[in-house]
Amino acid sequence: MTKRVLLIEDEPNIIEAISFILSRDGWEVATHSNGHDAMDAVRRRSPDLVILDVMLPGKSGFEILRELRDDPETDGLPVLMLTARGQNKDREMAEKAGASRFMTKPFSNSDVIEAVRDLVAG
Amino acid sequence: MARDTLTGSRIRERRIMAGIRQSDLARDVGISASYLNLIEHNRRRIGGKLLVDIAQVLEVEPSLLSEGAEAALIATLREAAADAMAAAPELDRIDEFAGRFPGWAQMIADTHRRLGTLERTVATLTDRLAHDPHLATSMHEVLSMVTAIRSTAGILADTKEIEPEWRNRFHRNLNEDSQRLAESSQQLVSYLDGAGDAGASLTLPQEEVEAMLSVRDYDLPFLEAADFDADAFVRDCAELTSDSSRTMAAQTLRRLHGDVQAMPGDRLHETLAEVGDDPLAIARAFRVGLAAVFRRLAVTPESALPRPVGLVMCDASGTLLMRRPLEGFPVPRFSAACPKWPLFQSLTRPARPIRQRVEVTGRDALQFDCFAISEPVGRIEFNADPLYHAFMLVMPASKRSANAREVGSTCRVCPSRTCEGRREPSILVDGI
Repeated sequence: MTKRVLLIEDEPNIIEAISFILSRDGWEVATHSNGHDAMDAVRRRSPDLVILDVMLPGKSGFEILRELRDDPETDGLPVLMLTARGQNKDREMAEKAGASRFMTKPFSNSDVIEAVRDLVAG
Repeated sequence: MARDTLTGSRIRERRIMAGIRQSDLARDVGISASYLNLIEHNRRRIGGKLLVDIAQVLEVEPSLLSEGAEAALIATLREAAADAMAAAPELDRIDEFAGRFPGWAQMIADTHRRLGTLERTVATLTDRLAHDPHLATSMHEVLSMVTAIRSTAGILADTKEIEPEWRNRFHRNLNEDSQRLAESSQQLVSYLDGAGDAGASLTLPQEEVEAMLSVRDYDLPFLEAADFDADAFVRDCAELTSDSSRTMAAQTLRRLHGDVQAMPGDRLHETLAEVGDDPLAIARAFRVGLAAVFRRLAVTPESALPRPVGLVMCDASGTLLMRRPLEGFPVPRFSAACPKWPLFQSLTRPARPIRQRVEVTGRDALQFDCFAISEPVGRIEFNADPLYHAFMLVMPASKRSANAREVGSTCRVCPSRTCEGRREPSILVDGI
């Protein structure tokens, strides 16, 4: 069965590139680009994995992650966090909020593929 | 207080520096060479006329020999010692060190101070990186573009078979993103260039304001002009290198301008001649508030005053703001001050004038008259608690009093043993 990934990111060309490489890798990719109703999008799509950017318009990725973890339906969902700041503080915050994995921009395509494969397999 | 036991060492040091032989110096001041030798090895006490005579031959101030130049130097050395984690300097021999190797001691003190400045620079820069929203936004923009480009370029390079529509699309994206990257990196560069202002302001704004006042010896005759333009003045002032110090200086100068207008120099001199430097009498003569008198005296040149004055000002958080230093009354630069200062008492009793004799802890135990008052800042409103600024005028006491309150400058360098207000241990060793 095809695995579904939901990419929550606001930069259109990053969305396009990641969607492309993940589709080529056999994923069914859905995208969403703002923070406000990201939770609704997750519930509606019920993906196998979420890729979540930290800086989103409307609501920060950390807040969304916390809501995901507080909801019994999504508390076990693998979440790959993307951030443009590689500071330890961000990493700590992501870990505390329950991120399954953390990736710093700019990442390579193979990094992304490796990470999502790991997350869904493990 | 066995601190003056090194007068002899200082004499010896100075004599050798001056290239004078022991026997010559002894002859010049009319004592035997062997007696001078005992003095130089701190085995005979020396004072009075003989000390003055020796100082004269050595061409130094007698106080330099009796107290050493090192009171301030020793304080800095102590701080340096306190900050030295690994090494354990011989604190009990700090006097001897400063007395015997003044150059080396000065070098350590200078290095210590420089270290402090550099630490502040690093903290400022770190703060800026962590908290500057503009910089964070620019960096985020640049990194997003780089991510998109890297990913898109990776696709174009690695995907063997790619539909022409996709290829065109990715080429277009690359083009777009590289243009945006160029723009945002240019913005970043011009921001960093334009931040030259912030880069220069690595000294505290308060320090620059103080420098602005002190290079003018706290004499600001231009404030006599009714149409003094504080903003124009700070724009052209070389000591003020950042926007924040200029803003702070303009604010200070505007307030001082008001004070000088209320108490112009010529009339102030007449009043000083008439009633002396009693702040209350001056306030009554001009029908102005005490705080205004304190500030006015603080921008009066020392030559026009019966005795030197110092001023310290703080806000309700106790943060020290404007100040005019006064010899013998040490005011900490960056650390918090002594909570026993009348300045801080006045914050708990707003608008009530306080006059108190204080004795500064330490070997000299100098006494000062402190006058303090706090006044509300900004407009007053019904049923709203005002914020206060407190001011303290400090003058050297003319006669010693038995009822002086013991105060220090800051806990770290205060030898007081019984102070209830102590925040942190003193770095002074026992027995000093």
